[in-house]
Amino acid sequence: MKAIYLDHAATTPLSEEVLEAMIPIYNDIFGNPSSVHSFGRKARQILDNARRTIADSIHANEKDIIFTSGATEANNLALIGTAKANRNKGNHIITTEQEHHAVLHAAEYLEEEGFNVTYLPINKDGKISINDLKNALTDDTILVSVMYVNNETGVIQPINEIADALTEADVIFHTDAVQAFGLIDINVETLKVDLLSVSSHKINGPKGIGFLYTRENIPIYAQLYGGEQERKRRPGTENMVGIVGFQKAVELVVKNRNLWQEQYKQYKEAFLAVLKNEKINFEINGDPKSMIPSTINLSFPGINVEKMLMNLDIEGVAASSGSACTAGSIDPSHVLVAMFGKDTERTQNSIRFSFGIHNTLEDVEEAARRLAKIVHRLTRNESR
Amino acid sequence: MVNDNQNTRVVIGMSGGVDSSVAALLLKEQGYEVIGIFMKNWDDTDEFGVCTATEDFDDVVRVCNQLDIPYYSVNFEKQYWDKVFTYFLDEYKAGRTPNPDVVCNKEIKFKAFLDHALDLGADYVATGHYAQVRERSGHYEMLRGIDENKDQTYFLNQLTEDVLKRVMFPLGHMDKSEVREIAKEHHLVTASKKDSTGICFIGERNFKEFLSEYLPAQPGEMRTLNGEWKGRHDGLMYYTIGQRQGLGIGGPGDPWFVVGKNLDENILYVEQGFSNDYLYSDSLLAIDINWINPVRVEKTFTCTAKFRYRQKDSDVTVTLLENNQALVTFDESQRAITPGQAVVFYDGEVCLGGGTIDRIMKNDKPLDYVG
Repeated sequence: MKAIYLDHAATTPLSEEVLEAMIPIYNDIFGNPSSVHSFGRKARQILDNARRTIADSIHANEKDIIFTSGATEANNLALIGTAKANRNKGNHIITTEQEHHAVLHAAEYLEEEGFNVTYLPINKDGKISINDLKNALTDDTILVSVMYVNNETGVIQPINEIADALTEADVIFHTDAVQAFGLIDINVETLKVDLLSVSSHKINGPKGIGFLYTRENIPIYAQLYGGEQERKRRPGTENMVGIVGFQKAVELVVKNRNLWQEQYKQYKEAFLAVLKNEKINFEINGDPKSMIPSTINLSFPGINVEKMLMNLDIEGVAASSGSACTAGSIDPSHVLVAMFGKDTERTQNSIRFSFGIHNTLEDVEEAARRLAKIVHRLTRNESR
Repeated sequence: MVNDNQNTRVVIGMSGGVDSSVAALLLKEQGYEVIGIFMKNWDDTDEFGVCTATEDFDDVVRVCNQLDIPYYSVNFEKQYWDKVFTYFLDEYKAGRTPNPDVVCNKEIKFKAFLDHALDLGADYVATGHYAQVRERSGHYEMLRGIDENKDQTYFLNQLTEDVLKRVMFPLGHMDKSEVREIAKEHHLVTASKKDSTGICFIGERNFKEFLSEYLPAQPGEMRTLNGEWKGRHDGLMYYTIGQRQGLGIGGPGDPWFVVGKNLDENILYVEQGFSNDYLYSDSLLAIDINWINPVRVEKTFTCTAKFRYRQKDSDVTVTLLENNQALVTFDESQRAITPGQAVVFYDGEVCLGGGTIDRIMKNDKPLDYVG
């Protein structure tokens, strides 16, 4: 039985081209880019080149790219680094209830440090309301952090409207663009964000590398202490292999983004068509009209999600739900709780499927058929 | 030889202990398709976010990875609370000494977990219990584990043959020492992990402290059955029949023992001497009787019985009454039989079933002072 991976929102396999780009770095480039000799210069050249490609991909100045160990670090740096550097301007931060834990837990830490944080509610479509945002703004607000695309539902946030709503206010706007970057063309010349986080392993690049875009003149404090790398904002000898792999992954995204958009749209339609054909009772979590095509989060009334995921795994289909709790069993997803409230079955019966570059239409349809078989069996068993 | 094992899916309950680890290993060696599942039944997360379930699940993960079998965790906290813990508290409130492991096996491991496993397409469920299943002319019997010291049929007395036909106990024919040996040979990470002791949700904690978090303790008087004042007790629920420790009665002569409880007046009855007459009874009334193979049970019969875990068998005569009750008469009088504990019946190596000890009698009269 062929295993089918539909959990690309969690992580993605490495592209062959990415691996190929990394091997010469492993083999030949060991120099420290900060060193003042030919070995160091060679590494520095490669580093600069990668930084340029990555900056270009969002139309940014290459000086504004800070390489980090991934999006968790980028998000931490964005929130904690700017909050602390702008404390003289105010004490209030706005974010949303559905952010990734790398943002939420950083915000909670800032609360412990004496900042006030407003967590904007999420409507049933999976979005924040611009009015709520406007109402939450105060003279004391220094930072707003709203994710571009939610990782669990795939819902695209009204990021341009949010940016517009903030133009009057003197606040820093951060967006966690981890789930967006692979499919949405981002241009920081027109999109009025100040900080933007991206991760490599979500776009078929290696793990352990990401970046934070920081618009020029945004005050930010480094969160690690050490050398002067990344213009003193992130010390530590550069992860050269990771950065070069990331560069290649970014190149592939820029080249193929539109193609993948179309492909995943087709996958999603086919996936849902099989389920409808099989008369599976399901609902889509979030507004299907503003969703990236690679992610779909479905609620199956009457089905226990733990059982469903185990059965899917046994049948060779990898999908996921919410976040894993400490003993391995599943806690209700904070995103679905934010959308639908605590007391609905929907937070307990929803599963996320996310497509990727190695999937084929056949895989996707086969996965849907296996899923339908399981739902039928579990529904039968429930009524026994 | 035709081996069907690879097409037989066995879902094994894994606790993170050495027994279930080795049970999984044996099944894997026998060629079954094995899936390990950790049951999270209790949340004891402390203020540092540390929870024994997390550590135990981590051991399950490591063992399963050593065996190269898939593993999952299921959450039965709600079912456990509703079916096991509520019963546990109710029994203590009623002054009895409950046996939550018996109820956990009945309601969780061999019901909620079994259902879950069947929903995963399991042909069998397995556990690391020391007990055996034997098929005889279409009936499934439960036999004691070979290791007399570890035999756990006492705790499994509420199972039925419908359940047993879907159960495997890979350790039933083994000695604990062999199990440890196998674990060591295979370098299982749980090889030298300490056996869990006591009631699972209390773990290593102080029992009195634990119980006091859930039930208000009502201190009262300790008296002899003749009414002589002997001191104070901390709350009736902290004591069990036959208990010697923790009474704090000094003075000359033999040690003192708990012989009964008066719930209405909140008095703990104590008497002197291990062999004190008040500790002895000659029959009991058992309720909630379960027979593993009901068709074989006659109205009156003789067999052996255990009144507590790890006790030697005693010869008894069982007379069935209505409403799943039975009168159990002992050939020889028994010391310190405790209401709330299980009475479990055996015919040789076969476990017939069991029930809950409700009342205790001597010379056809109920011993009301026991409580």
